[in-house]
Formats: sequence, structure tokens, C-alpha cells
Amino acid sequence: MDFNFIWLSLGEIASPTTAAYALATIGLVVHFGFTGLLNFGQAGFMAVGGYAFAIATLKFDAPLPMAVLATILASALFALILGIPTLRLRADYLSIVTIAASEIIRLSVKTSELTDITGGATGLNGAAKTFNAINPFPKGNYGFGVLTYTADQLWVRVVGWTLVALACLVVFLLVRSPWGRVVKGIREDEDAVRSLGKNVFSYKMQALIFGGVLGGLAGMLFILPRSLQPDNYGTQLTFFLYTIMLLGGATTVFGPVIGSMIFWVTLSLSDGLLALGINSGILPITSVQQGPVRFIIVGVALALLVVFRPQGILGNKKEVFFSA
Amino acid sequence: MPKTPVDQIVAGPIEPGVKKKNPILVVDGVRRTFGGLTAVNVDHVEIPAGAVTALIGPNGAGKTTFFNLLTGFDKPNEGSWNFKGENLAGVPAFKVARRGMVRTFQLTKALSLMKVIDNMLLGATKQPGENMFRALFPFTWKQREADVEERAQSLLARFKLDAKKDDYAGSLSGGQRKLLEMARALMSDPDLVMLDEPMAGVNPALTQSLLHHILDLKEQGMTVLFVEHDMHVVQEIADWVIVMAEGKVVAEGPPSTVMSDPAVIDAYLGAHHDTDLGTISGQLEVAEEMESDLIRHEVEEEAAHDGK
Repeated sequence: MDFNFIWLSLGEIASPTTAAYALATIGLVVHFGFTGLLNFGQAGFMAVGGYAFAIATLKFDAPLPMAVLATILASALFALILGIPTLRLRADYLSIVTIAASEIIRLSVKTSELTDITGGATGLNGAAKTFNAINPFPKGNYGFGVLTYTADQLWVRVVGWTLVALACLVVFLLVRSPWGRVVKGIREDEDAVRSLGKNVFSYKMQALIFGGVLGGLAGMLFILPRSLQPDNYGTQLTFFLYTIMLLGGATTVFGPVIGSMIFWVTLSLSDGLLALGINSGILPITSVQQGPVRFIIVGVALALLVVFRPQGILGNKKEVFFSA
Repeated sequence: MPKTPVDQIVAGPIEPGVKKKNPILVVDGVRRTFGGLTAVNVDHVEIPAGAVTALIGPNGAGKTTFFNLLTGFDKPNEGSWNFKGENLAGVPAFKVARRGMVRTFQLTKALSLMKVIDNMLLGATKQPGENMFRALFPFTWKQREADVEERAQSLLARFKLDAKKDDYAGSLSGGQRKLLEMARALMSDPDLVMLDEPMAGVNPALTQSLLHHILDLKEQGMTVLFVEHDMHVVQEIADWVIVMAEGKVVAEGPPSTVMSDPAVIDAYLGAHHDTDLGTISGQLEVAEEMESDLIRHEVEEEAAHDGK
């Protein structure tokens, strides 16, 4: 029997996709966990960031720093547009608007009229060219066994996890500062914070933009090892991010990293185990059913987690205790 | 703390809307309607500086709406008001608080998932670390943080919450939350403290200590405006009483005289506000007054039953 899948699953711990999901979830933690903004459109922020990077690189031949700048500006602008009409209203309005806006983005970039710019339904290919051009690692293979990477694969892993580490550091500093205290106060009761002389709207906007930019950068990271496909940014992506956030702990800085690793290892490992079971005839399902069954496993695991460990893996039990 | 004499407060004959010698807040023609309902319609009222003023009135009189309007949490249809000589109409709530007019809420708003000390520190002003970029560089705000923490500690000690400093605010009892909310409001060193029903749901012993805290504020030179239903509390600490009914100010005066004002008795207190309805004789008195044989009969029957 082929047990390579175990090694491949462990490889998911360091994969750039895991890093991208972790980064987007850190943004979501800033929104939901610390500020109490119910953003159901983090997939939209990732799409905006990814498209901004790919279009700047491929259509405008922008150098890498400019493309990264475009990513940051586009996701900040997206946050601004979503925030201005909704942040003065009750929390639920933001969730409705963000989920709708992220779908609008996905369906708009798919329209054939925009094929020249966005690549239509087929998406965009090769956005990583400027990124790989500055790869400092010499050509060759790195790693061992099935976990052997090319220089470009290593480069995207190093950069991806550096970005995640930086984001963790900034969020860590922010939530322990007076700024973090104000946004946590807003999460608890924004009228109370307003009565203490804080400009609640401005803080909510700052948090929305900051978390959105992290989402945009995650979108950029997500397309570096693969092509840009509009259908990757459906609502299920947002809910995977929510799964990761609840898994790791919604009010923790490092929860998203742990959560993302567990999420991807579980998906990959269960895929391998199911394949093993199907091939050896133990499991009464077909290989076509294998993919969806993985998500059933993730769903059941999440339900159990919410019941038995509602604060997530790294969360603080007390915080859940008093939330009722 | 002795009461402020009436002649130091007013500058004219006592009537609704009377001019004050040293007003901190002057309200003119504030009107707020919800559809066809006029919730607040105040022609003119002045809040005396350095005194404790009670705002009383029946439920639905518009007291809380009036509070919300003055503090920027709601916008009036028309009207203007001055605080320390500055116009406050149209100023957003957070700026009202920064100018020295802080409020508490009828339904206590403790920030449950934050520690008591963090609740307090949130009330501090001029903390540079509340700027997102400075927040990343602790050396720019650590000094201010230490200063406000010291102030928070002493306020917590004054309100006997210092032992609870590191507990979550959600673990406090209802009365302690009221104390915390009041202490938190004081972190910014306000000029005018507006308390919306500070004694609601608080036991008698804690009410006593809250009363002392309110008188303390006056002693420290702050002005207090509070909404309250308990007439004993009002009698005890208020220097001045403003009575609202159906959105209007119907009476004003020192607590000793305003309670006997027929307008106040009609609108708010009721003719039997001094009668103890817990006793048979008290109930009989009310029944006689109402000339209701039915109630009288019932009460007498009950008394006979109890006598057996």
C-alpha cells in the first residue's frame, strides 16, 4: 500500500495555501474576533487582492512592489466602499452587504465583457512571474522524499510564512495596545464606548480596512503557486475561513495559524485515508464521493468542537463563559 | 455635603424654565417626535452648575429620550442647547463626551468580556496608544498608560471594586456593574455627569453607598444630572428637581416644595404617594378617597379574614 499520503498531508502544514488561508483568517479575527464586525465576505477581499495583483502584473506589466501596492490599495478601497454605508448601522447589515459584495465581485470578473482584463471565467495565469524572478534560491531541489520542492516552491513558502508571521506580530501588538482595548470595547457594546468619547465609526473602519488588507494579501499569496480562478472565491471560501477561525479560537492571534494547519492536514489526511479505504474495498463509497465526504468529516469535527470546546483550540474558556 | 441653598441656584421666581445664576447646560426649544408622538418638547430649561439635579417624571415622560438628545445619541427635530457656553446641537456623541459631558445608561453597559481594569482604562482620555499606528510602538504610550492606570486604581478603590480589578466585568453583580459604569465615566474627569436611573435594581445598602458617591462628585466640583424614581433618594441628595411629563417640563424647584406642587402630584406622584399601601389602614384610606364601596368591602373582608 502507498502511505505517501501521510507525508503529503504533513507537507500541508507548510504549504503556501495553508499560509494564505491563515493570513485571510487573521484578517477575519481582526474583524470578527476583536472588533465584532460580522464580515461574511472575506472571500471577496481575497478576490479583490488576487485580481489587483494579477491584473497589475499581467496587464500593466507592473513591477512587484507596485503590484503589491495595488493589492493593498484595492482591498483597502473595497473595505472603504463596504464600510461607509454599513458601519453606522447594526452589525447584521455589514454581514449582508459583505456577502453580497463578494458575490458581486466573483460574478462580475467572470462576465465575458471583461475577458480582456480579468480573463473571464477562465481566470488569469502566470501572475507569479515577477515574484519568481526575484527568487534568491538557486535552481535545484530542496527537501526529501515526496516533500521535495523546486526553488520556486520553496520561495513562495518562505515568503508566505514570513507574511503570516509579520501579520501575527502586528495583530499581537495591536490587540495588546490601547487601540486593541477600544476595538474590543466596540465588540462588547459600541454605545458604551461612544459614551466614553471614542470615535466608534473610525475605529470600525480602521479594523475593517486592516483585516481587509490582510485578506487581500492572502488573495495574492493564494494565486502565487496557482492560476487565478474566479470560482475559487465563492462563499464556501469565506466559510472555510470561519471554520479555521472557530477551530483555532476566534479571539486569538495564533489560532488562525494552528486552525489553518489542522484544517488542511485533516482534509488531506482524510482524503488519503478514504482513498485507501475505497481502494481496499473497506468503505462502501465510490471515489467520486470521496471529495464531499472529506467536508462532511470537517463539518462533524467543527460541530463537536463548538459543543465541547467553544473557545477553540487556543481560546480562553472564561471568555465563552460570560458571553451569554 | 450640605445642600446648595435655593437662592444660590435660581435667578428669578421659581417656575418651569426658570433662569439659573450659573447654568452649565442651557436647553432651548428641543423637540423630538417619533411619527405622530412627541416624545420630548422642552421650551427652556437650565441645569445649575455644581449642584445635583434630579430629573423625575412618569414612565414615558421622555426623560431617557431627553438624555439621548443632549448627549448626541439621538438627534432632535429642532432645538439647540449649550454646554459651558458652547453649542452642542449636531455634535456627535463621542465629541460630547470629550467636551466633559459623560453619561451612563439605564440598562447598564458593562463590557462583559473585558476585565474590570480594562473597562476603566477605556474611559481615559488623551491616550496616544489609541491611534492605530502609535499602538505598534509601546514606548509612545506606556507612560500615559501608567498614569491612567494609577487613576483607575484609585477610582476602583473608592468604589470598592479594587479586589475585582482582574475579573471579567461579566462576573460582577448587577449593583457592582452600576458602580463600575459610574467609575468608568469618571475616568475622563467630566464636568457634567448624567446618570440614567443609577439606583434601579440596586439593594438599599448599595443605594446608600451610591448616594455617597454622587454627593462626592458634587463635593469635587462636578455637576450631576440624574433620572430617578425613588422619591426618598431625590429628597435626600437633590438640590434641584426638574419634573417632566409627556415630554414637557411641568415643574421645577427644590425637592421640599416641588413634591407638593399640584402639577407634580397629578402627573407623577399620585394623590396617595405618602400612603403606605402595605397596611390595611393605608388601603382603606385610598378606598375611601376613591369612594369605591367595592374596594372598601374587599379590604374589610380581607382584614376580617386575617383577624381570625
